[in-house]
Amino acid sequence: MTTPAMHLVTEFKPKLLQSAEHVLCPGCGHFVAWRTVLDVVTELELKPILLAGHGCYTQLMVQTDLDSLQCLHGRAPAAATGVKRMLPGTPVITLQGDGDMVTEGLHEVLHAASRGEKITALLLNNGVFGDTGGHMTATTVVGQRTKTSLEGRDPDVHGHPIDIARLLAQIDGAAYVARGAVNSPGMVERTRRMVRRALELQLEGAGFTFVEILTMCPTGWFVPTPQGPDYLRDSLMERFGIGEHKAPATS
Amino acid sequence: MTGRLLQGSEAIADAAIAAGCRFFAGYPFTPFTELLENMARKLPAAGGACVNAASEIEAVNMALGAAATGTRSATGSCGQGLALMQEGVAELALNELPVVLFNMARGQQDYFQATRGGGWGDYRTIALAPKDIPEAIEHTQLLFHLADRYRTPVLLYGDYVIAHSSVGVEITPMEFPPTAPKDWALDGSASGTGQARQIWTWAMGKPNTPGPGASAAWQRIADKYAEIERTEARYEADRTEDADVLIVSFGTTSVFVDRLVDELREAGIRAGSFRPITLWPFPGDALEEASRGCARVLVYELNAGQMVDDVRMHAADRTVVRSIGGVSQDVSGMRQGDLLSIEALRRRVLDAVGLTVGGS
Repeated sequence: MTTPAMHLVTEFKPKLLQSAEHVLCPGCGHFVAWRTVLDVVTELELKPILLAGHGCYTQLMVQTDLDSLQCLHGRAPAAATGVKRMLPGTPVITLQGDGDMVTEGLHEVLHAASRGEKITALLLNNGVFGDTGGHMTATTVVGQRTKTSLEGRDPDVHGHPIDIARLLAQIDGAAYVARGAVNSPGMVERTRRMVRRALELQLEGAGFTFVEILTMCPTGWFVPTPQGPDYLRDSLMERFGIGEHKAPATS
Repeated sequence: MTGRLLQGSEAIADAAIAAGCRFFAGYPFTPFTELLENMARKLPAAGGACVNAASEIEAVNMALGAAATGTRSATGSCGQGLALMQEGVAELALNELPVVLFNMARGQQDYFQATRGGGWGDYRTIALAPKDIPEAIEHTQLLFHLADRYRTPVLLYGDYVIAHSSVGVEITPMEFPPTAPKDWALDGSASGTGQARQIWTWAMGKPNTPGPGASAAWQRIADKYAEIERTEARYEADRTEDADVLIVSFGTTSVFVDRLVDELREAGIRAGSFRPITLWPFPGDALEEASRGCARVLVYELNAGQMVDDVRMHAADRTVVRSIGGVSQDVSGMRQGDLLSIEALRRRVLDAVGLTVGGS
């Protein structure tokens, strides 16, 4: 029996991160989501352009070794349209949160999908404005407590959350629509396969590709850090579900 | 005029493509619509792309994305649509991305918008206001050069007269000095090299290549606009040397002023005309010189008084400045009204100098 070699966590830093230091909160799911994406980009040997929205994940854009454009809140799919139309051979990835994509920028993502823009749009959905300190977004689930829905989201007062993946799946220009999560190792692996499929389909020119990743925000949820994964399972995942909403038949 | 009989919108589209424009995005909006139509028709054949955007907000952000790849790109609308774009215009300025904005305006009520902007931050947009279609052809080409030279959004303040009238014109590609290579443009080639590029208003850079940060970046950008203010002012001064009455106007209204100055000179009134070609930077020093010794400086603009602020700020004697324009839209609200006429202009000038309207 051999003794397993000891490794520091930082040795597993993806090659595409210029630094493993970060200022995100303990228990935040963004980093595992993003390293999953970067692992796929590395596997596929891509040299993409990254367009990021505004949120905690802007930090990820800063330290990622990809040519990057920081976009106005909600507008990354529009800016990505200009990029991709001028560089049709270059992979284009947009990175947005639920506040950025579904609240402020719903118009942009729906139209980019309907035009069939050959980009991969990634959504980190934690159901809350994490960066501003825990406010209600368009994906906050019913009952979820935020600083602008203190007693929990009440449909009579705050309306209902938007199931963006189901919405996008109805649009003809969307070639691939899937929702994953990062609250368990199994979910991370499923999500990795979704991101890979989306990027492969972008390279094939299939159309608009979309992967939503449900991610933990214990700070914005006001739950103890260790409870983040289970809270995600019982709230966002319970409401929205996991899986591929739309995918071309595989040959 | 010789050459082809072209509507102004088509002439501007041809001039933009001759200047190397390869991306255009817009949302239909009278009287900007024909420029969008012409770009949609002509850009694909030139190897470019035109997108019928789903909003002006989308359009400006699409143009921003295309500009980030180093492509000469443009968007436009009329003043109402440009109002929607203002966050994007500020972003272009603070990201230092060159984009040409076409305001095919419904009137002259967008002077404040063109010269002060509605975005946030310390920025300006170079704004050229042509008086006719041949000048619009020149200005369009000049603007693509200035946008690249200064890495800034720039604006053509046209209107429905330029957009909708037709004249015989030639589109002659203009020569400009070379501009710096766009080594900042994104194409994915630096991804994974350890030296990936970043375009961001906050200019933070990446761990391997830290940027100057927001404060230093924004001060440098402000310094750039100060340089533009010193060097890029353009104007036309006509018979100002001995003028008693100086009429200041911009854009297509200046054509009416030119004719009235001829008429007044024939009647023995020493009139002159001053026209800012760049609304920003405002040619303040030239106006101060042109207005020296004038008994009256009359500002003819078809709005409630916008450019008059700049004229008062720069006239040799601000106490002689009078506004002789006014709000003047037609019944549709899409074109200028009765004040845009030689008769109305003549009456207002003569009233302002204390003469009654003669028989002419």
